[in-house]
Amino acid sequence: MSSDLSLTPEDVTDIVAILDGSTYQMFDVKTGRFRLRVARDGDGWTQEWDFSDDAPGGVKSAAVEAFIEDDASAIRAPLPGTFYRAPSPGAPSFVEVGSVVDADTVIGIIETMKLMNPVHAGASGTISEILAENGFMVGKHATLMRIA
Amino acid sequence: MIRRLFIANRGEIALRIIRTAQRMGMVTILGASEAERDSLPAKTADEVAIVGTASSAKSYLSVDAVIAAAKAAKANAIHPGYGFLSENAAFAIAVAEAGIIFVGPDVSSLHAMGDKLMARKVGIEAGLPVVPGGPAADKDAARAQAELTGYPLLLKAVSGGGGRGMKRVDGRHELDSQIDLAMAEAQAAFGDPRVYVERYIGRGRHVEVQVLGDGVSAIHLGTRDCSIQRRFQKLVEEAPAPAMPNDKRAAIEQAAVNLTRHLNYRGAGTVEFLVDAESFDFYFLEMNARIQVEHPVAEAVTGVDLIEQQWLIAGGAALSLTQDMIQPLGHAIEVRINAENWQADFRPSPGAVTRAAWPAEPGIRIDTNMASGGEVMPFYDSLIGKLIVYGNTRDEAVKKLGSALEHLTIEGVDTTRDLHRAIAADARFISGGVDTRFFEGLVA
Repeated sequence: MSSDLSLTPEDVTDIVAILDGSTYQMFDVKTGRFRLRVARDGDGWTQEWDFSDDAPGGVKSAAVEAFIEDDASAIRAPLPGTFYRAPSPGAPSFVEVGSVVDADTVIGIIETMKLMNPVHAGASGTISEILAENGFMVGKHATLMRIA
Repeated sequence: MIRRLFIANRGEIALRIIRTAQRMGMVTILGASEAERDSLPAKTADEVAIVGTASSAKSYLSVDAVIAAAKAAKANAIHPGYGFLSENAAFAIAVAEAGIIFVGPDVSSLHAMGDKLMARKVGIEAGLPVVPGGPAADKDAARAQAELTGYPLLLKAVSGGGGRGMKRVDGRHELDSQIDLAMAEAQAAFGDPRVYVERYIGRGRHVEVQVLGDGVSAIHLGTRDCSIQRRFQKLVEEAPAPAMPNDKRAAIEQAAVNLTRHLNYRGAGTVEFLVDAESFDFYFLEMNARIQVEHPVAEAVTGVDLIEQQWLIAGGAALSLTQDMIQPLGHAIEVRINAENWQADFRPSPGAVTRAAWPAEPGIRIDTNMASGGEVMPFYDSLIGKLIVYGNTRDEAVKKLGSALEHLTIEGVDTTRDLHRAIAADARFISGGVDTRFFEGLVA
């Protein structure tokens, strides 16, 4: 809330100006709401804010990282995001169970941070199982499909 | 008079808007998704209204949810920021119908500029030169238009902006696959799959002009050069555009003002041009009817707070600034710090930020929502902060950029910091005036 957060970027510049004319190396202030550390860093200064202490746990992303087992048959999500099995809504899926793939075959798309990232099979073989559903959030390293 | 301002956005721009609003004595209400109820902008705003779930389609992009939240919060104005609903005419209409001030241009300007094809038409009417090209509603139309325009060409999202859904096609054999990707990205980012075809100009620079209009008069706040891009995503922006003859710069600025007047434009906007890097001939591309990511470099050289100007105009005031009052001084450069692994094809890098140390000294401005202990979520775009440096000369600004990047440390996620270090040390960048192929020739 604004009434609580009292330091502006201009304040930080002022703090740097004061410290710069002194022999102090660091300004470190911690309140109930934030911690600000302004520190000498070689010939310049850094500012480091931390607001996390008052946010109990925060709200972490919905993606749950899957347990990574040593399984060479798994095609895993290279990054978290929304998994799509087809290039566009209504279009045929990239692959189905039984599709023959090689390492470069695109088996799906993961939309992360507004970008469409193609997912490659990574190995040659036949798709034996499809675990990830179209349009659902997947975590990094989640098993999307298996290759036999 | 804006008393209760609803911010329909997130990230660094939400925080930047809140800061100016609070300085002006407004009560700020942030419309946040459930996933961001504890974000730094949420902590800074006076009030927080939840507009939906994590997915932007169900929160920041939902006209109904945002309007309902703003009404419930008794907001009398909405600032849409950039992206999301900022140039959505249906949203602007819904805001007006709810009896709330839309901090942005009139709906007629959004219609005129919200769609790139319409923008071309209006640009031509205003007497501005445009690049050869035309629409491509589907693959067949794209093929036919491509034959007329010739290769290499660009596929652009009709409703697009920020490079999303934009693809370069070097030959006929690439057209089909690229149009699929372009349409899918356009649909995902803008909810409109239509694309159009435009000739690709090899040695081009991206130069834009910041404008302000009050519906009657219009002024410009000088040029910005955004030629350093990767896949049409801007990486570095500077003001003014370097290494450009003064008469050509004046001609571009005048063209931008002419378009702004032609539209009877009300608010802050940016008129974008493609400039031939050798002849300095220029072509009108589009007008962004909103505040832009790179607005701080114009603020740094003019001393004008563009967000404050947006409110004055949205509140019904005539421009208090005249062209004579705008005397750009010095040089400013902005680099975008994105959570991406730039060495692995710029793969997004969401996750927990264990440490965020930003440079701090006079002449450096940091616009960021990211602090130590923060999180880069997979739902939104990868921009986590902007570093803006100012110098009395371009040389001074370039040197300051290099040293500022030495004092920037983000731990926990990958960032584009080291890419910017390589750019700051690049001889072509140091001499200035690079074209949009700069990135391809970057040795990093």
